[in-house]
Amino acid sequence: MLGLLARLGATTISSFQRLGRGTFFLARVLTGLHSLLPRPGLVIAQVYSIGVLSLVIIVVSGIFVGAVLALQGYNTLVNFGAEDALGVLVALSLLRELGPVVTALLFAGRAGSALTAEIGLMKTTEQLSGMEMMAVDPLRRVIAPRLLAGFVSMPLLAAMFSFLGIMGAYVVGVGALGLDGGAYWSQMQDAVDFRDDVMNGVIKSLVFGFVASWIAVFEGYDCVPTSEGVSSATTRTVVHTSLAVLGLDFVLTAVMFG
Amino acid sequence: MDSGASSPDILVDISDLHFHRGGRPIFRGVDVRIPKGTVTAIMGPSGTGKTTLLRLIGGQLRPHRGVVRFAGQDVHALGHGALYRLRRSMGMLFQTGALFTHLSVFENVAFPLREHTQLPEPLLRDLVLMKLEAVGLRGARDMMPGELSGGMGRRVALARAIALDPDMIMYDEPFTGQDPISMGALVKLIRTLNDALGLTSVIVSHDVAETARIADLIYVISDGRVVDSGTPQALMESKSEWVRQFMHGLPDGPVPFHYPGPELVSDLLERR
Repeated sequence: MLGLLARLGATTISSFQRLGRGTFFLARVLTGLHSLLPRPGLVIAQVYSIGVLSLVIIVVSGIFVGAVLALQGYNTLVNFGAEDALGVLVALSLLRELGPVVTALLFAGRAGSALTAEIGLMKTTEQLSGMEMMAVDPLRRVIAPRLLAGFVSMPLLAAMFSFLGIMGAYVVGVGALGLDGGAYWSQMQDAVDFRDDVMNGVIKSLVFGFVASWIAVFEGYDCVPTSEGVSSATTRTVVHTSLAVLGLDFVLTAVMFG
Repeated sequence: MDSGASSPDILVDISDLHFHRGGRPIFRGVDVRIPKGTVTAIMGPSGTGKTTLLRLIGGQLRPHRGVVRFAGQDVHALGHGALYRLRRSMGMLFQTGALFTHLSVFENVAFPLREHTQLPEPLLRDLVLMKLEAVGLRGARDMMPGELSGGMGRRVALARAIALDPDMIMYDEPFTGQDPISMGALVKLIRTLNDALGLTSVIVSHDVAETARIADLIYVISDGRVVDSGTPQALMESKSEWVRQFMHGLPDGPVPFHYPGPELVSDLLERR
């Protein structure tokens, strides 16, 4: 029993230490962000690596999530004779919740893990130390562009996901299930509010993008510089990002729609 | 800024250096003075903190007590900007080479120049090719680090380390894992570059023969202290039995061949 308590205490202390290190790390990165102003190319290259190369999984997932929503939604709505409201159901689900949340979870698996592994390997092979000794601050040269690129990419990816989800649902609902296309779009247009639904979704994805990128770059920078350390850090990125996104989604939903 | 009280002939002046990691003392009052223009070797058995000493000189680690001065400036009293400016006067060759794996040989050497200068591309190209020529790898400029042998990788890293024309280069175990030809090339390069470019070189190594061939001065570190220092010849004839065992690579002596343990007979006769 005492051993269990001791382990619990040690884990708690270690978690708070990690949080402290992560916050200090973030502060150092944010204070160096201005150094990117004269070099936008560094951020653009990372937007390509983090955002553009994640498009395949976002496009495929968006279409299928939309298609499944249409099938499931139609089967329920048709019982109440409300199948024309399918467009509303799909649009609100995607814009408010599924777009930002699923995109963030996919981002953690695709881009977050890659960011952690890349930075962790750079640390393991002394590339970050080498940069420091060449008088180049790795927090400004390596970390800051990646953090900013993740923050910028996430809302764009979420928008893409939601758009393709709505199109996927249109193909299934109107194309396969025989709904009226005019009703699909007009009901959606009536029910969806730009500020309440679209903008709140964008705010969510900005928050998730910031947190997911922060966790990914911090785990890579803070990892134990061994192959096992990089592996653990990559796993932690996916797990911690997923938990953080789900927890934050609840808080943000409660604040925005509660 | 601390101008220090070092002699002008001393580039790196380390005094009363204490450093511990996780409660384990690494240095317990180390004093090292590295004269300008020399090749100085820091030697000692594995795990004595030789690489840690280089990181302390470069300001990547902070000592718990003592002062490290580089060109008269207290390295650990400098702010972020001043420390990074000071590092432009230092080059470091890491044991792994630390080449950027996503950049070609040319781009690796060009990296510090692109970061710190606004040179026009033709001039930058000429400079990079000259640095690569100095290490004999101008012809390998389009290769990727993954295509290089260990020895070639270290020579590229050396070309990168001298790209900004530093005052000093620190070599972390430059000879480890090298075949005789690569080893010979590196030994020659270190000495030649030091003399031709007017550098000061600090070599951390436990390869006695190779290091003794090119070093002007050797510091032997063990158990957190400087055990002895002097020219290679003087250390070969040191009065300290331990230093002689280390310098001549003798298997037995003050450092016993056998790790302390119970008697062999009692171990073999022990029944479970």
